[in-house]
Amino acid sequence: MAEMDTSSGGGHKKGPGVKKGKKLSTRVDLTPMVDLGFLLITFFIFTNTMSQPTTMKLNLPKDADKPEDQNKSKESGTLTVLLGKENHVFYYEGQLKPDGSNFKSASFAGENSIRDVIIKKRNEVMARHVHDGGCNEIWAKHKGDQKYCLDKDLVVVIKPNSESTYRNFIDILDEMAINGIKKYAYVYIAEGEETAIKLTEGAAGK
Amino acid sequence: MGRAKLPRKSTNIDMTAMCDVAFLLLSFFILATKAKPAEAIHVTPPSSVAAKKVPQKDVVLVTLDPSGKVFISMDDKSKKEFIANSIKNTTNPSLNVNAFVNATFWGAPFAGINSFLAIPEDKRTGAALPGIPVDTTKGVNEMVEWMRLVKSAYNGEKINLLLKGDNEAKYPAFRAIVDAFKTNDLLKFQMVTNPEAAPAGTELWKIWNSGDKSARAEE
Repeated sequence: MAEMDTSSGGGHKKGPGVKKGKKLSTRVDLTPMVDLGFLLITFFIFTNTMSQPTTMKLNLPKDADKPEDQNKSKESGTLTVLLGKENHVFYYEGQLKPDGSNFKSASFAGENSIRDVIIKKRNEVMARHVHDGGCNEIWAKHKGDQKYCLDKDLVVVIKPNSESTYRNFIDILDEMAINGIKKYAYVYIAEGEETAIKLTEGAAGK
Repeated sequence: MGRAKLPRKSTNIDMTAMCDVAFLLLSFFILATKAKPAEAIHVTPPSSVAAKKVPQKDVVLVTLDPSGKVFISMDDKSKKEFIANSIKNTTNPSLNVNAFVNATFWGAPFAGINSFLAIPEDKRTGAALPGIPVDTTKGVNEMVEWMRLVKSAYNGEKINLLLKGDNEAKYPAFRAIVDAFKTNDLLKFQMVTNPEAAPAGTELWKIWNSGDKSARAEE
């Protein structure tokens, strides 16, 4: 198949005075063209199936603005994540101390990423957990497998400020799914937290 | 064993036909993907690990563009007609019901909807359009009223409420849309994102790789 038949009688001498007696055959091999064609087909098949957009479900709680609901979670198991402008993310554990000493900042990727913070907090809460009465209904749903109750006390509260973007919010929701956090809520940011964000952003010169 | 030469037959196969088939298939796949209508509003949604496919029926799509403008599109013409007639019978007797039903999407304050519909279909591109006002500091969150109309049009049937927001859209506009949903008791909605794989080593990745279908269904 892969031949170029160039020698149609190239060995013969036709006679005196003939300079170029070789006749080149015009048989072109099409195998590489077919290969290219199939490569392109495969490419388009794969990009077609992979470019279908997916959706992320979000269920809204009925009355997220009732203050009683916000305080039900144990302080030791609460991690609050705040979103600021230009992809800044801050967090604190439990209640925000008046002097802001537990207000820390993190990033979306790289070292000191919010994912590491979440994983660390989750491992802490799971290590500290003591099974109590509230675990029974969780076990009932998972056929008595004890490990499902370990993260019962972990709640992540997400508070985006008015300068954060939709992408930041979706990224944080993604982190919830990636790290297996089952209890999370997003609420309006409070004054004290806005001030803390402004001070931290100002101090870092951003 | 010696040099017994077998009579050589020609092994050249004519590849032209194969080539034709390959290019026909290629053309088919190119056309199959490019046949989507060009979007009037350019939105780049963020990517996420969520894996549910976009539903195709009974879809009410709320689009949030980078500058915070909100647009709605619905695929069901009878429901759109219902909404148009409700608006016509209550606040806007001069509404062009036909134009509303045939519009692929709309995004204008209630006061400006007639002028929006007067713009010819091909000139309705994102930058020039006002969008539905949602900023409560500058007026009323009109999404509340729109969602009320949508809900009454569907009259109890299941709505696939989708929100497609751009990466750079600011949080307050998103929050206003979500509040409009909550006020109308539309508590389940989905956000359109680009697919992304779960990062290696994380909890979600472990669930995906363990082949545990019930855990995946919980997402």
